[in-house]
Amino acid sequence: MPTVSNEEAKAAVQDRSEAVAPQGRMARALDSDLFHAFLKSRITVVAAIGTLILFALAALAPWIAPHDPFDLASISIMDARVPPVWMDYSDPRFPLGTDDQGRDLLSGIFYGMRISLIVGFCSVIAAAVIGITLGLIAGYAGGRVDAIIMRIADVQLTFPAILIALLIDGIANGIVGNLDREVFAFYILIVSLALSFWVQYARTVRGSTMVEKNKEYVQAARVIGIPPAIIMARHILPNVMGPVLVIATINLALAIVTEATLSFLGVGMPPTQPSLGTLIAIGNDFLYSGEWWIAIFPGLALALLVLNVNLLGDWLRDALNPKLR
Amino acid sequence: MIGFATRRLLQAMIVMLVVSLLAFTMFRFVGDPINQMVGVETSIEEREALRERLGLNDPIAVQFYHFLSKAVRFDFGTSYQFHQPVSDLFAKRIPATLELSFASAIFALAVGVPMGIFAGLNRESALSKLFLSVSLIGISLPTFFIGILLIFLFSVTLQWLPSFGRGETVQIGSWWTTGFLTVSGLKALILPSITLGLYQMTLIMRLIRAEMLEVIRTDYIKFARARGLPDRLVNFRHALKNTMVPVITITGLQLGAIIAFATITETVFQWPGMGLMFLQAVQNVDIPIMSAYLLLTAFLFVMINFIVDILYFFIDPRLRVGRP
Amino acid sequence: MSVLDIKDLTVEFPSRKSVFVAVDDVTLSVEAGKVLGIVGESGAGKSTVGNAVIGLLQEPGHIARGEIYLHGARIDQLPYSEKRRLRGRKIGMIFQDPLTSLDPLQTVESQLVETIRTHLPLSSRAARKRAVELIDAVGIPNPGERVKQYPHQFSGGMRQRVVIALALCAEPELVIADEPTTALDVSIQAQILDLMKRLCEERNVAMMVITHDMGVIADITDHVAVMYQGRLVEYGETRQVLGTPNHAYTQSLISAVPRHDVRVERFPVVNYIEKAGTPQKQIDISTHWLGKVRDYEKVTGPLVQVRDLDMRFETRGSVFRSRRKYFQAVRKVSFDIQEGETFGLVGESGSGKSTIARLITGLYQPSGGSVQFGTTELTSLKNRKEVLAMRRQMQMIFQDPFSSLNARMRVREIIAEPIRFHRLASGNAEVRQIVDDLLDHVGLGAQAGKKFPHEFSGGQRQRISIARALATRPRFLICDEPTSALDVSIQAQILNLLKDLQEELGLTMLFISHDLAVIRQMCNRVGVMRNGDLCEVADCDRLFEAPQHAYTRELLSLMPSLDLLSRANLETV
Repeated sequence: MPTVSNEEAKAAVQDRSEAVAPQGRMARALDSDLFHAFLKSRITVVAAIGTLILFALAALAPWIAPHDPFDLASISIMDARVPPVWMDYSDPRFPLGTDDQGRDLLSGIFYGMRISLIVGFCSVIAAAVIGITLGLIAGYAGGRVDAIIMRIADVQLTFPAILIALLIDGIANGIVGNLDREVFAFYILIVSLALSFWVQYARTVRGSTMVEKNKEYVQAARVIGIPPAIIMARHILPNVMGPVLVIATINLALAIVTEATLSFLGVGMPPTQPSLGTLIAIGNDFLYSGEWWIAIFPGLALALLVLNVNLLGDWLRDALNPKLR
Repeated sequence: MIGFATRRLLQAMIVMLVVSLLAFTMFRFVGDPINQMVGVETSIEEREALRERLGLNDPIAVQFYHFLSKAVRFDFGTSYQFHQPVSDLFAKRIPATLELSFASAIFALAVGVPMGIFAGLNRESALSKLFLSVSLIGISLPTFFIGILLIFLFSVTLQWLPSFGRGETVQIGSWWTTGFLTVSGLKALILPSITLGLYQMTLIMRLIRAEMLEVIRTDYIKFARARGLPDRLVNFRHALKNTMVPVITITGLQLGAIIAFATITETVFQWPGMGLMFLQAVQNVDIPIMSAYLLLTAFLFVMINFIVDILYFFIDPRLRVGRP
Repeated sequence: MSVLDIKDLTVEFPSRKSVFVAVDDVTLSVEAGKVLGIVGESGAGKSTVGNAVIGLLQEPGHIARGEIYLHGARIDQLPYSEKRRLRGRKIGMIFQDPLTSLDPLQTVESQLVETIRTHLPLSSRAARKRAVELIDAVGIPNPGERVKQYPHQFSGGMRQRVVIALALCAEPELVIADEPTTALDVSIQAQILDLMKRLCEERNVAMMVITHDMGVIADITDHVAVMYQGRLVEYGETRQVLGTPNHAYTQSLISAVPRHDVRVERFPVVNYIEKAGTPQKQIDISTHWLGKVRDYEKVTGPLVQVRDLDMRFETRGSVFRSRRKYFQAVRKVSFDIQEGETFGLVGESGSGKSTIARLITGLYQPSGGSVQFGTTELTSLKNRKEVLAMRRQMQMIFQDPFSSLNARMRVREIIAEPIRFHRLASGNAEVRQIVDDLLDHVGLGAQAGKKFPHEFSGGQRQRISIARALATRPRFLICDEPTSALDVSIQAQILNLLKDLQEELGLTMLFISHDLAVIRQMCNRVGVMRNGDLCEVADCDRLFEAPQHAYTRELLSLMPSLDLLSRANLETV
């Protein structure tokens, strides 16, 4: 049936703009509607720049942080709990003050962000790989394979991610034992985050795969004789990546928050390798005695990081959703 | 209807069975239960006798059967940390958690739903853009940090509200204690329930808005407008009702999540509920409490899902009435 | 006196780069009790005219110039609240897709009653009574009971009747119908058109029908306006415009309409439209890769033999065998296709014709019966190598040009994939050369290979699909509704291309369509399908001139009459 209604106007607009479309991949990307929508949303541009700066601070922490919070030689207990520079009894060496062991808070935040982001990225990638693989298989194969994978996902979805992460963490610590906890904390965290977030990818990818596999380009590939594994990898996967990208962005924010929460609750990163959550947990004990900065500054850094990533994800979701165009 | 309900109930039971299998596996295979129960000086013979007495030498299937039949009677064994029956520990703490969750759920719904409807209907208005920005901040602030900020502001700086505990409680019946009936109990409830409800509130608001925006684009809304129906009818009778189908499902899940997120809020506010106890159990590898908590929350979630499914059934005629 | 007057209407859609003029200086009027048709191909701006009249232009579209009058009163400048009061009360609207036009959560009655009571001062009891009368008037049997039901309990045709009742329920003076029958089957289409025409006359309502279908125009309209790229190119009495079209566009549009009453050798190419395919580069089939090495076994007798083919889908699964429910898509179907002929399958949606195509290509496994290709029994093939050898000999062209190409691959990769996969060429250079030649041969030009599918129009994409299908050097080509998503002028080009290719390459074709007229132009023999059964198989001309089966006769009688249409430019066989 011919495309009718107001869509025809849009189609025609595209037809005519084809004539003036610039050449070259970069030029096309810069000319795309997505990029223009991006520039139009000022807050998104700010968020993108903010995210880049925060990522850079985290990545370059060892080189730009004023102090090395892990260098025990440079830390003195005499410098403990120094307030930020604009308050009385402050010390110009520590712009945001120090924590209970005399570590510079600003440097601590850079390093903490680094750990938070590494954990976040690793767990998002792990969750995406598990989820995409299972989702593709479930969606393409259908039948019993699909039923088993999705029932597991359903049961797991009944529980909030944080609870699953807590449980896995608890179980892992039970297996590893208290002694090796610090060594394994990083890996345990990534495993527990990945296992609590894979379901979202799996469900989304499965849904898109079920739509895509009935599209005629997949049938055409089957008529040519191409085997299922290649169809999934070459034809379906690139077409279901749009929503995955959105989930991954929002999930990065969620993973950072969840990691911080676990660390705050004392089951995440240990105080020897403090993430932002660990720093807040340390500071929380001093909140009542007036040394508020130890908890609040890392908390604000965390909120800023998550907010920026969320803003990007939010915009990406709206921009890639054809229904809202 | 009956067929639908039985099918859902059957699914719920399967979920519970799977979860109890997990809880059992955890209970049986993570660490050695005997080591946790006895001191270092217990002899091997005594350990072996205890093992035999607890049935740990029986076939796994039999052990699982015993585990299940005990769980149905709320018998989850003895806590490794407190050396008290797990069921007694939970009984003392369940009221605190449920009251906190209830207050937060009311807060999340009463504020989130109207905001979501407003933002969905007036997409371009300044107020809904404000709602959206605020909600994004609400989602980005981790629950525990919101708690800390509230404590810092209202307890430490302004000293208006208590920063920990439930305040005075009143005993009702043999085991329920409530903080709803005393002034200090109500005051103690304010900060924790806002902390716990804020995230769900923003989520509910954003969800309703997003669904509204999608529904408003459908053909039947366009057709309703083309028939000249007043905006009130189009928005509330047609758009809102269609929005409710997905919203109810997710809201149900979110209310379940409140119980789980209570763990964090209870830690921040030292709220004497089962979440706090669960967290201590996780830190100390107190497996009986962990598996009991898992089963209990699973049961609550499954019940909520079941109720949601039944609601769904009443809202959507496509489930209720078959094609002729 | 006319009910609706449109004067010099111009509608613009400003976009980032330019202002798109969707409707350009259009002047029209509709009289009470008469039907005005607006016809044109996609992008002509015909729907935009309707949306502008009812005041539902999609953002950022707006009326840039011109006036719209209803009964002499100007309506295009009314404030929102007054415009809303006109909708439903004075102007009714019917949309294309009845499946999505009704609120799924409200009964038909409540949707009717709320509309009636919005516009007419009736008690709820009187409104309910009126709702039942309306449902009766649009020809839904058992109206008292049906009115209490929800939309999902009605079939597509019945839902469109409900939509019509909703459009008419406050007695509007003008009804705008935007492609009212496009989503419906032929037999239902005829009923709905009859109903609309009858109601319009009985109630003395002016009607504006927006459609791409010349058959609909010929069937029910009194006047017709032909639009092309936003402009009104011809406007007048239907009989006159269709019989003796003046404008070159109207002439070529009419000659491109496939006819079921005569068979033409080739479709006259619509030369008015600038974007016809680039001229084909001539390649010598006898020496080219495409025509070479046809190492297929010689067949005596039919190339494809379908015997007692059966297909059922499980619609309700259950642990218990007795509680499972099935949908019988294809029931004991048998037919032969001779080498070199085009065999047509025709039927309404759900008749099982596409299922048969998918059973033959192996996309579905049949529940029973057999398909023999040459001397090979396809359903018994186990060895993967044998399966691949068969796949290579039969290819398929699909219906939807928008989903039949992988949007993430370049056109060159799409066409090269089958050649590489079946190792039909030695080395990348040869693959590249073959792909370029194929693109040239289907009329796109080799430079098209660098682009992505979304940069092409529907007709161009269908050419890409054809090139991909040819890339395995098949001897048997299945076309599943290859042109039903295309405008008539593009359809004519694609059908011509398929005819040429078949002649050059000696292809055997299975051609599936719901459109009897297209079938008549393309096929040597035809099978008619209904609800999974094959009713009749006959030579094409015989089928149209002397149909044997009652259902075939019914289908033919429902075809819109094309007697009005000009026969200039047609070379009949």
